[in-house]
Amino acid sequence: MSAIEKVTRAQLRAPVPGFRPGDSVRVHVKIKEGDKTRVQPFEGVVIARRGRAVQETFTVRKVSFGIGVERIFPLHSPIIESIEVLRSGRVRRAKLYYLRGKKGKKATRIKEAFAETAAPEVETPAGQ
Amino acid sequence: MAVPGLLGKKLGMTQVFAEDGSVIPVTVLKAGPCVVVQRKTKDNDGYEAVQLGLVEFIKPKRVNKPETGHLKKNNIPPLRFLREICLADAKEEAKAGDKVLVEQLFKANDRVDVIGTSKGRGWAGFVRRHHFRGGAASHGSMFHRAPGSIGASSFPSRVWPGQRMAGQMGTDRVTARNVKVVQVDADEHLLLVKGAVPGANGGYVIIRRTKKAAKRSKR
Repeated sequence: MSAIEKVTRAQLRAPVPGFRPGDSVRVHVKIKEGDKTRVQPFEGVVIARRGRAVQETFTVRKVSFGIGVERIFPLHSPIIESIEVLRSGRVRRAKLYYLRGKKGKKATRIKEAFAETAAPEVETPAGQ
Repeated sequence: MAVPGLLGKKLGMTQVFAEDGSVIPVTVLKAGPCVVVQRKTKDNDGYEAVQLGLVEFIKPKRVNKPETGHLKKNNIPPLRFLREICLADAKEEAKAGDKVLVEQLFKANDRVDVIGTSKGRGWAGFVRRHHFRGGAASHGSMFHRAPGSIGASSFPSRVWPGQRMAGQMGTDRVTARNVKVVQVDADEHLLLVKGAVPGANGGYVIIRRTKKAAKRSKR
């Protein structure tokens, strides 16, 4: 293992959360207000996952009061307390940017995936 | 502090998370362990310095005989990378054979200078080397990436010394000054500094306590 991998390995979230584009997730984000921290959920559809190891990020999209909101999270960021997978979606793209152009039902409705095809959690971050 | 710096190798770049979740881009440097090969003194050599060597494996036959003999004086195994570091004040002292480790010199949030050899760009033209603007590509322009005037006809009627021209770019000694130390890994002899550092991955670097901050504190 290279020295760089050793440096980054300590920062990886373990186990690496298993979710795929198309899945609906609730991301619990730590927010600092003064000297207090509270946890705020951000719920939406994962439309992209990119990067490797410590640099991996994912994009969550939701439609809030008719306005599309997207947040890009570093997967291993310490401000993410937990990631909850609410629904697994069956999609045929790795990047669901086409959802940005959709309105109404089409923008929100993604078929459920069968349980066995859902993404597994990766036990060892070394596999990255 | 024994000596004000040490030798290392640039391993590559990655990122680390700060506690608040912000991402810090870092360069991972293999910093030492180093060994003091020679102590240069004012009486003997005209200046105060130490010659350091970066401890790493090298086949003995790759080191030439004069250098092998030079190292053998202090029973030091063959080394590839030797550089001198000036000793500025009397507190800094070391004798040949001493080990220099990264955790003795630096800790997180210290400021260092990192000296490396920049990546070679070969023979580069004006636009690439000096950021001249060049001319329009089209619309009848016949002036593209040429230098333009380098000395007018009546005055000065010659080219001024130092006129920026095309030529070899890169493979220069470059110092990244006042670089912040993010993390020190004593076990692996690693130094993580914020941002980029001159040179290619695998290139040798000199890491020293920054001279810039020292100047600023005197004012």
